Amino acid sequence: MRLADQRLSPVWDKVRAGERLSREDGLLLFETEDLLGVGRMADHVKSRREGDRAYFVINRYISPTNVCVLSCAFCGFARKQGEAGAFEHSIEDIVGMVRAEVREVHIVGGHHPDWPFEYYERVLAALHAARPDVQIKAFTAAEIDWFCRRWKLEPREVLTRLKAAGLQTMPGGGAEIFSPRLAKLLRYTGKAGADRWCEIHGTAHALGIRTNATMLYGHVETLAERVDHLLRLRAQQDASGGFLTFVPLPYQVGTTRLVPRPTPPADNLRTIAAARLLLDNFPHVEAYWVLLGEETASVALHFGADDVNGTLEDERVQHMAGAETPAGLAREQLLRMIRDAGKVPVERDALYNVVKVWPGEVSAAAARAER
Amino acid sequence: MIESVRDRVLAGKRLDREHGRWLLTGAPLLELGALAQEVRFARLPERAVTFVIDSNPNYTNVCVTDCQFCAFYRKPGHPEAWTLGVEEVLEKVALAAAKGATTVLLQGGHNPDLPLEYYVSLVRETRRRFPGVTPHFFTASEIQTVARVSGLSIGDVLDRLREAGQRTLPGGGAEVLSERVRRRIAPKKGGPGAWLEVHREAHRRGFQSTATMMYGHVETPDDLLDHLDAIRDLQDEHGGFTAFVPWSFKPGHTRLEKWITQVQGPNAYLRMLAAARLYLDNFPHVQASWFSEGKRAGQIALHFGADDWGGTLFEENVHRAADFVNTIGVEEIVTLIREAGFAPVQRTTTYEILRRY
Repeated sequence: MRLADQRLSPVWDKVRAGERLSREDGLLLFETEDLLGVGRMADHVKSRREGDRAYFVINRYISPTNVCVLSCAFCGFARKQGEAGAFEHSIEDIVGMVRAEVREVHIVGGHHPDWPFEYYERVLAALHAARPDVQIKAFTAAEIDWFCRRWKLEPREVLTRLKAAGLQTMPGGGAEIFSPRLAKLLRYTGKAGADRWCEIHGTAHALGIRTNATMLYGHVETLAERVDHLLRLRAQQDASGGFLTFVPLPYQVGTTRLVPRPTPPADNLRTIAAARLLLDNFPHVEAYWVLLGEETASVALHFGADDVNGTLEDERVQHMAGAETPAGLAREQLLRMIRDAGKVPVERDALYNVVKVWPGEVSAAAARAER
Repeated sequence: MIESVRDRVLAGKRLDREHGRWLLTGAPLLELGALAQEVRFARLPERAVTFVIDSNPNYTNVCVTDCQFCAFYRKPGHPEAWTLGVEEVLEKVALAAAKGATTVLLQGGHNPDLPLEYYVSLVRETRRRFPGVTPHFFTASEIQTVARVSGLSIGDVLDRLREAGQRTLPGGGAEVLSERVRRRIAPKKGGPGAWLEVHREAHRRGFQSTATMMYGHVETPDDLLDHLDAIRDLQDEHGGFTAFVPWSFKPGHTRLEKWITQVQGPNAYLRMLAAARLYLDNFPHVQASWFSEGKRAGQIALHFGADDWGGTLFEENVHRAADFVNTIGVEEIVTLIREAGFAPVQRTTTYEILRRY
């Protein structure tokens, strides 16, 4: 492979030989102007692991509540109790949100000041009883930490009880950026820090709960902070081995406006590629299309990503759906994204069991039949 | 294969159809992109991306050509048909000039009721009243229409427009320059020769023009290669093309819509740009169309061989008719180019530098 930036050559030698990259290598991946060089190396790794496959899941996002005791500077979602726009869903509401086609529910919410831990157990138990076929991915490590602190419990007990209620996997949120500097600056010191976040994931892994990991980037962090975050995740994976997927989360400017504009697509592609190269022990790296936009997510399948996440259907999508099923419409969109990249769409469940391998190319008639 | 393509391109040797077919169908996307970018920097070493402040108004939607891909036109006598008078068009030019436009890309339907003098007046009056604006008027098929209506030859029409002050032609209406495709989607526009003749005659007279391509409908890779071969050959004759500008077909509200299995997305677009950069060895510029492909894809395209961002397109109605709307201002263009890692440079219609940001 010819690289426009010669400094990448030793990195490429390591990648080809399957050797681990160093912190300096990681910094170079973020600093070089040779975006496509980084992308090609990541594509090499992705292809070696997964060939032409690109995964997606028919899933449903559920937030039980947006009421939160924290005030993280990057969050436009949280509300205080009684504040306009605050919501608290009942168990019946939550169970009712899971439609027929859904394979996975993804449950994350605010750090509610009053809800007893038993309420969360009951939510999972009710979901599991109503839809035993649906895999439950629930509660970030930050929320688990909150349950522990609020109700004086140990992570092992919290996770054991949630697992008994139906929890199968955990999302990777709440990691933000592992940096005391940023935790202070962006007011998330009240949230599980790096050690605690990793401890909780390690405990989950020991209990047989697979989890994901994230990184919130594209705000005021440095590139070195990104690299250190990724290396911390890599070290944790060495120790506990239960991470399935790394999901880079580009910061959404929205109303919090830490920076004037979202980080550009080249940075998103580079971050995905660098993650694929540094996280040599993670099975999957995701291009989360909802945050990246369809175009970037689709192109990212050439930059090391092997997953675009899911349909994430919510009320809005359901309203737009008209005569066709929301899941069908959303699936069509995901298939289009994956096929445009020339990849083979593989519908999966939360644990990456294959639900269906879709054809890579389709005729007009077949495309209509898929709807 | 990528190495043999690289060796050829860097040695200044021309790629043949087999190479081209591989670039369009088989080459790994990022290998292709990286080579296109290498070639782009070999030709244009400055880490800069140009753009033009322009407007894209229309003078009529009346058209007798019935192209299958078009949601913009109305037949003569249709209740939604409209045609602007010369002064009304000049108001649009005035508006564009007031916003700082240096180029007005004026195009319209093929309206058999408009006389030669209408077109000539538009050019002459634009030149006279707005000396800072380049009249980038009338695509090849409109020139053909004028010739037919006036009974003049293509060359005579171009001479008249040149006398009035026109020096450039927009490259629209090429679609895919393949007999088969044009017969299928634009049978009344004539074969590839019709478009090529207008540009050949224009280049012969010292006009400069662009070459466009609208892909993503009924074409095969061989049709695309016919197109690339045709414009590369013509460029060898007079060197009159400034840039190649591809975009993907937008099927909304068109008769072609029901034949489309999959709308071509960003990956196909990046491949097209990168392949064109390598194959069109005699084209100075390759344009990233933020307008048709989206701003994100446009930014990514600057890493796949494109060196130009196109224009502001203050007024655009053709894509809009297919429910495809996208707008941008100069400040945003400058930001987007910078974010992608390049220095923004404002240019004229013919790629002369006006301002470095």
